[in-house]
Amino acid sequence: MSVGIVGYGAYVPRYRIKVEEIAAIWGKNPEDYKKGLKVAEKSVPGVDEDAATIAVQCARNALDMTGIDPQNIGAVYVGSESHPYAVKPTGTIVAEAINATPELTSADYEFACKAGTAAMQVCMALVKSDMIEYGLAVGADTSQGRPGDALEYTAAAGGAAFLIGKDPLVEIEHTCSFTTDTPDFWRREGQEYPRHGARFTGEPAYFRHVISATKLLLDKTGTSINDYDFVVFHQPNGKFPLKAGKRLGIPPEKMLPGLLVNKIGNTYSGATPLGLAAILDQAEKGDRILATSFGSGAGSDSFALKVLKKIENPHPVKKYIENKKYLNYGEYVKHRRKIKM
Amino acid sequence: MPHRKSLGLVWRRIPQRYRLMGTKCFTCGSHFFPPRPWCPKCRRKGKIEKHKMKGRGKIHSYTIVNVPQQGFDLEVPYILAIIELLEGPKLTAEITNTEPEHVSIGMPVKMVFRKISEDGDSGIIHYGYKFEPELKE
Ligand SMILES: [Zn+2]
Repeated sequence: MSVGIVGYGAYVPRYRIKVEEIAAIWGKNPEDYKKGLKVAEKSVPGVDEDAATIAVQCARNALDMTGIDPQNIGAVYVGSESHPYAVKPTGTIVAEAINATPELTSADYEFACKAGTAAMQVCMALVKSDMIEYGLAVGADTSQGRPGDALEYTAAAGGAAFLIGKDPLVEIEHTCSFTTDTPDFWRREGQEYPRHGARFTGEPAYFRHVISATKLLLDKTGTSINDYDFVVFHQPNGKFPLKAGKRLGIPPEKMLPGLLVNKIGNTYSGATPLGLAAILDQAEKGDRILATSFGSGAGSDSFALKVLKKIENPHPVKKYIENKKYLNYGEYVKHRRKIKM
Repeated sequence: MPHRKSLGLVWRRIPQRYRLMGTKCFTCGSHFFPPRPWCPKCRRKGKIEKHKMKGRGKIHSYTIVNVPQQGFDLEVPYILAIIELLEGPKLTAEITNTEPEHVSIGMPVKMVFRKISEDGDSGIIHYGYKFEPELKE
């Protein structure tokens, strides 16, 4: 019996800020950032939104697709780098909101931008070993960059949830990971904003991990890039995923449907899951998808997926991307609570 | 410092706050939100059971709040509405994800899960229902 995605749901908050608006405040040339990062605007959460509320919306959208009784969900794992509490799992809030409590296991995952895909792997293993019937894996973030830092131009909000079970819409044919201790992105306990290795972020961190995990997956499955109709990589900016794709010989047209960063920014734990959801929205029965996440300089999870049934998503990603309201920098500061009251 | 709510009360209200859990009288079909333990119409003949509201309804009336209560300073102006649920009951809730100029009486709305308030920097975060305009496809 194959295991995979039985339903999925995505969510992107309605608010956006343009790169020009941020650059103007810091006296920078917006074209440098637009060209350098290939990002035009990013999503911003509402004042009453956080990683938990985003995760709940994603989870409800995923359930809407299936008609599964939430009481049959045996695990809820939420991956995020912006969990609302330092101690108290976001997963418990999500499980309660979707009426999956109390017979289930839950924990939060943290692995910077790849925490959501780590949650998918665990759910898959629990379903495959018959420990649970369904597992819910969510990647959701309301990430923050220090004002004026390069991250401020891309740190965005959004997420996606995957209900993992048997007899799936989309089979997860294989998954594997590539992990090292590479100091690229971190936040110490009690610190408000993360720090990053700046130039270090490229070669030894993003490219090495994404490319190695992807090659490992191709190797283990005995497949080549030609076997896949769509590819999605983690997207901290618009340049990195296409550059990694080029090195692996992936035609850009296989990547563009899952490349959302130019319109919504880097949604961190939400990024690869959202890109995958956008691809599933347009994939057809028989299509094969390759997805590789990346987090914190230090790890990538790679997945080979195959669409087994016709997919009809009542809440397509496109709907959320197109529903937007622009903020000026002052409104943005209020939304992100950068003012201390 | 915002007013601190009793943790016990907060906890008991989670089913109603998080997922609109009300009650239904299976004798006459009336729905109740907030949940009622008995049906005022059927009284002793009433058969009351827990029932989750679908979370859809329309704006019955609304007001724009410009002077916030403590802890809501970042949200002004916000929209407070009486919403008539599809099932019949009316409740008061904030309308989120839109601006006052886009709101009107009779407008279809949908329940969303949002942050309601926080007990300062170190206390509990209160989550619960708000409503947003139905997104057009
Ligand atoms: Zn009755």
